[in-house]
Amino acid sequence: MNTFDDYDPNPPETDELEAHLQTKRMVVNLGPSHPAMHGTVRMRVELEGETIISADPEIGFLHRGFQKSCENVTWTQCLPYTDRLNYVSAIMNNFGFLKAVEKLLGIEIPERAKWIRVLASELHRMQDHLTCVGAIGLELGGFAPFLYGIQGRELIMDRVSELCGARLTTAYGRIGGLNRDLPEGWKEKCLKSLDKIRELCVEIDGLLTKNRIFVDRMRGTGVISAEDAIDFGFTGPCLRACGVNFDLRKAKPYWVYDQIDFDVPVGENGDNYDRYLMRIEELKQSDRIIRQCLEKMPEGPVMVDDWRVAFPPKSEVYGTIEGVIAQFKLVMEGVQVPAGELYDATEASNGELGWYIVSDGGGRPYKVHVRAPGFPILSGVPRIIEGKMLADLIPTFDTINMIGGEVEQ
Amino acid sequence: MSKFAIDKMAERISGAVIERYEDRTGAPWAVIDKDRIREVMQFLKTDSELQFRLFLSADGVDRLYLPDNDPRFEVVYFLRSLTRNEEIRLKVRVGGEHPEVPSVTPVFQGANWWERFVWDFYGIRFTGHPDLRRILLYEEFKGHPLRKDYPLRARQPLVPERPIQDLYRGPGTSGV
Repeated sequence: MNTFDDYDPNPPETDELEAHLQTKRMVVNLGPSHPAMHGTVRMRVELEGETIISADPEIGFLHRGFQKSCENVTWTQCLPYTDRLNYVSAIMNNFGFLKAVEKLLGIEIPERAKWIRVLASELHRMQDHLTCVGAIGLELGGFAPFLYGIQGRELIMDRVSELCGARLTTAYGRIGGLNRDLPEGWKEKCLKSLDKIRELCVEIDGLLTKNRIFVDRMRGTGVISAEDAIDFGFTGPCLRACGVNFDLRKAKPYWVYDQIDFDVPVGENGDNYDRYLMRIEELKQSDRIIRQCLEKMPEGPVMVDDWRVAFPPKSEVYGTIEGVIAQFKLVMEGVQVPAGELYDATEASNGELGWYIVSDGGGRPYKVHVRAPGFPILSGVPRIIEGKMLADLIPTFDTINMIGGEVEQ
Repeated sequence: MSKFAIDKMAERISGAVIERYEDRTGAPWAVIDKDRIREVMQFLKTDSELQFRLFLSADGVDRLYLPDNDPRFEVVYFLRSLTRNEEIRLKVRVGGEHPEVPSVTPVFQGANWWERFVWDFYGIRFTGHPDLRRILLYEEFKGHPLRKDYPLRARQPLVPERPIQDLYRGPGTSGV
């Protein structure tokens, strides 16, 4: 039996039971199935002790051939594929895609549809941020904030499922507007949910923002300078946390964002804590936007009255030959988008969601390129964490809020 | 719109802009000589008046079934200037069996993954790229799936499991 007296600090190689802490560099695989690797990313980290020497994110485990699938279905059928990109804020992907297609078609959607699009987008921005903030809490050891976050998310999911019938994969909206208007009594329910979510945000804020353990893990970790962030192509809250005030909703207002009063929070340090604060503040701003939308929204149609993109009313379909043919052509051939190409972008919850679409004039897309905000941000992660502690990787990975679906297409 | 930027670029780097046109929404596009793309990017990034410092994305287009498909491939680049609040759309045409375009990763770090993406899905090589590996697909994947002649339902052969290097299994095992 070994005692401390015959302890040999340099045991022979053959004695495996006496193995010591490795001093050589070690390669550790985080993921692909690891609770802190949201979705399915594999991080290959090279460690020296606890310091990260190099990190190599390996992505693609969730690759579903988004672009190839889109090229083989009609424009409208692409829509359900888009909500599987960022499945935490699916509606923003739907509407971003639709906005690009509508721009290529050259049609203007009705005023009410614009308001509802803003409203639904902001609901999902809140959902995305609640999930992100909750998950940060969870992975840094606080379970309660996660429960509050999920409770809020659940309320939003209920409201969204009343809008479009699905909780996660919304496929809300159609080319030329929306497939359905707000249901009866939805406005009051939404206001009630917002009040509840506001309370939950206060709870989360109170549990985390000034929590000593939380602040110690977050402040000063995962720092990226504004210059590097821009160079890597960061957008959204991650860029604004570095002190760069850029938000497409303000810089290039689309739909009705120019008629709404809201602020864009800007950080200064570019660390995990600032990225977290951006999200907490944006939750409040989204709340403001939704309340204004509910108040100012005009009455009217939600779909353009153009049979080349929208279904004719059922009375026309059953009663007139023009109606039948319009419906038939839309179903069988899809919306005919004129040949051309364009790049269009909206501000999604994690940054700029860009679409580059090419049409050859037929009913199917020739190419659909999506600039997922998480993709460039994830590519910047090695720069953020190299030379830092392994423990900093977890909050960094949380606050950049990488979503597997959009990054891996 | 970024007309001014393209004007200035065409003026400064003579011969770099091969063609200019506007898309359906009136946004200007510039087709760049592929051998000068890096020079153009460097200019756009560093020019004090333009400052296109945010690399948005890059992607390929396989023009096989489009009317003018020679050269066959295009690489499109989108940059944003935060100071001028506008984006610029650039395009490079490249053809041949093994298309090659100079990499812009030395200018923009953000281009790194996008170029790997284009290599992965279109088989366009970026010369001078520091780490040109496949990004979403695996190394053993045969072909480049976003090429239009890659069938939608093509199957891939099974590949053997890769050996894991550098794995320390801790004390007490047989050391396999």
